Amino acid sequence: MELKPNEKLNIENILKDIDKYRPRRRGWTWRKGTGQNRKIGQFEYYDTAEPLEKSQPLPSSKGFGYIDPQPENVITTEIASGRFEDDIRRMRMAAWHGADHLMVIRTAGQSHFDGLIEGTPQGVGGIPVTRKQVRAQRKALDIIEDEVGRPLNYHSYVSGVAGPEIAVMFAEEGVNGAHQDPQYNVLYRNINMVRSFVDAASAKKVMSWAEIAQIDGAHNANATAREAWKVMPELMVQHALNSIFSVKVGMEKENICLSTVPPTAPPAPCMRLDLPYAVALREFFREYKMRAQMNTKYMESSTREATVTHTLNLLISKLTRAEIQSTITPDEGRNVPWHIYNIEAVDTAKQALVGMDGLTEMVEIKRDKGELADKVRELKERAVLFMEEIIEVGGYFKAVEEGFFVDSGEYPERNGDGIARKIDGGIGVNTVYEREEDYMAPVTAVFGYNNVTQYDESAVDNPSKLIGGSTFEEPNKIIFIDELDENDNVNVRLEETKELRKTSKIKPEMEWAGDGIIQITMCLPAEERVAEFTALEIGKKMGLEDVEVIHREVMQEAEGTRIEIKGRVPFTIDTDKLVIPPKPEIMTDDEIRADVEANPMKVVAGTVGEDEHSVGLREIIDIKHGGIEKYGIECEYLGTSVPVEKLVDAAIEVNADAILASTIISHDDIHYKNMKKIHELCIEKGIRDKIILVSGGTQVSNELAVKNGMDAGFGRGSNGAHVATFIVKKRKEMNNEN
Amino acid sequence: MKREDDFQTRRKHLADLTEEQLEERFWKLAEEIVDPLVDLAYKNTSPSIERSVLMRMGFSSIECSAIVDGAIERGLLGKGAGHLVYRLAKEKDMPIREAGLKLAEGEMWEDVVVIFKGGAN
Repeated sequence: MELKPNEKLNIENILKDIDKYRPRRRGWTWRKGTGQNRKIGQFEYYDTAEPLEKSQPLPSSKGFGYIDPQPENVITTEIASGRFEDDIRRMRMAAWHGADHLMVIRTAGQSHFDGLIEGTPQGVGGIPVTRKQVRAQRKALDIIEDEVGRPLNYHSYVSGVAGPEIAVMFAEEGVNGAHQDPQYNVLYRNINMVRSFVDAASAKKVMSWAEIAQIDGAHNANATAREAWKVMPELMVQHALNSIFSVKVGMEKENICLSTVPPTAPPAPCMRLDLPYAVALREFFREYKMRAQMNTKYMESSTREATVTHTLNLLISKLTRAEIQSTITPDEGRNVPWHIYNIEAVDTAKQALVGMDGLTEMVEIKRDKGELADKVRELKERAVLFMEEIIEVGGYFKAVEEGFFVDSGEYPERNGDGIARKIDGGIGVNTVYEREEDYMAPVTAVFGYNNVTQYDESAVDNPSKLIGGSTFEEPNKIIFIDELDENDNVNVRLEETKELRKTSKIKPEMEWAGDGIIQITMCLPAEERVAEFTALEIGKKMGLEDVEVIHREVMQEAEGTRIEIKGRVPFTIDTDKLVIPPKPEIMTDDEIRADVEANPMKVVAGTVGEDEHSVGLREIIDIKHGGIEKYGIECEYLGTSVPVEKLVDAAIEVNADAILASTIISHDDIHYKNMKKIHELCIEKGIRDKIILVSGGTQVSNELAVKNGMDAGFGRGSNGAHVATFIVKKRKEMNNEN
Repeated sequence: MKREDDFQTRRKHLADLTEEQLEERFWKLAEEIVDPLVDLAYKNTSPSIERSVLMRMGFSSIECSAIVDGAIERGLLGKGAGHLVYRLAKEKDMPIREAGLKLAEGEMWEDVVVIFKGGAN
């Protein structure tokens, strides 16, 4: 299925014949073309990967010829809306912005579900991960990766009590990355520790076969501990235990990624705390990959504040290393992430990493002396001491029983508030069975004791030979279940949004098709609580439903509060019924130049009224800003705060073809009043039919300018080519009329 | 447990280690901690592991659950759920898929128990 950039993804097409779809590859893919310098636009980059074939560059790329350099790091976005069909659309947006690791968050409670979930039920704070959903998303990503021109890694979770089954399903369906860490089950999901480790070994073995990149769960200690920076020694221990356990089960080190987060955030002096940790970790784990996550622990509802913290996190990634740069949406502190904030987070990573391209050519960490060196050594020693004590008390299980982990004291300090679990407690307790002497499993990628010899000695290295190949060799053996719940499935949901997908009617959306959610930012001259309730009332009066305050920030206690609200728009807009003026045509530079050369052109220009702003007009005129002078148009610039009479008189004096009036100030519609005045004055002086009147300014609309007597109005985003095209065409038109 | 930070006294035996020696010690301790866990996983199985084996043999998640539940009920999980299906198919000269479906439907378990006499039925 080929996708055109201006065509929406068709979810029905993706679901069609999904029972027969097979993934095109297995395993993780790193970005290609790294480790070489690359010329992009006017610049030489040191740390980029191959560019995308199609992408959405950063807004500021406008000033650099729309280049879109791609950093070396794989960039992750985590998507968690609850409806996989809408997540697919968000994945496409994210891929265009530069994400190549699409991570799907599971619905609340899935880790306690003893078995696989089937079909496509709706989730809460994530999606129920099922074979049908995984297959549909992998299929969609196959289409999207062809579109953007870069392999996309698809990722979810192999944790909970059904880890081995999920791992098998992921291997069969071409999932490329997964979280797997038995410590996560034990500490945060209260799954029995014996069961967790027994299952983990099998799950990891399957992941190894499928070359699925593994991400561990240590970062959760950051998010859980009261004072996150104090768990740094423990974090290294958790990373080590999962990593070495994985290696012993058969996983390649290059597929093992540490999920690491800079533990603190401003106003703490976070770089000074986080950098030594990042260095210590990367030294101990030199053979493993780093998946750098952004800090969530101290996030509040300010998206601006989160973005700054995350940018500092990116500086740490740059100064140390991060093969995978994960992103946290800046709205995570206020709601389940929205489309636009996934994209913002991806752009934050891309923007910062590209901006810091080659930084380490000029800046380096003072590794060998001073505060950083001391701190690195101290953290390492504390981590070693932590493990010494684990062994001293009788091993891992004993240590967990004694509450060693996620204690808020910086080891060896202990505050007695760690998470303690019992070896004979938790979900799935007493569900582990000893393998008997004749235990046998006739399939590929089995970990542990497997007595295949009793049937066929030649099948020891390939037990699936006994059954003519397992699903890993013979994917046609996979049994696909479509839907189990006739009311809770994707078909029912698609039917509900059919009008929005199949007609010209649209609604705004933040999470799901047709959710109608919009966000409004306002500043209210009142104290916080009054402002909050005022804002709710404003939302209601604007006709919004389910209005909620999602952010509040005091500007000054008495003078004002910034409030952001969200609410639902209860109507649809039919885009077919909109009157959308056509985009202005732009002539090529050569065409304009040729016309001006044949018929020299003069304009007078100035900022009218009491207006000292001249930047906009200078951009339209000046040759150095690509203004109309470059076409050979002669410009008489009269300056700022020019009375309209002077402008018109000057035009008569030099016999100008056009007047360009810039009008920035828009209080009391003064800009439109001035336009009218110029128009009337030209009539009075008898030149209106011979002269072109053009006005411009950030608040100017073409429609209203024309209504007020201008021939054209140019608003925000206009440039010299737009204006030159217009006056050249208009002059031709006038000459023809005459 | 509550304890003041006694890092300075505790670290004494580490103080003279080089960075390399410290790193080596870190990984040696990590191995020492996980070795018994790896061994535990080597010798044991679980319902999820057994269902994952059956999946690879070509059974749906629902069929896998039914077979594993049947095996637990009869004390046969330690033989391997896939093993039960394999052996039944072999003894009765049936295709693997057919044998598994029988078990998933609650049939032919008496045959399985006879084959694996050790079953605690």
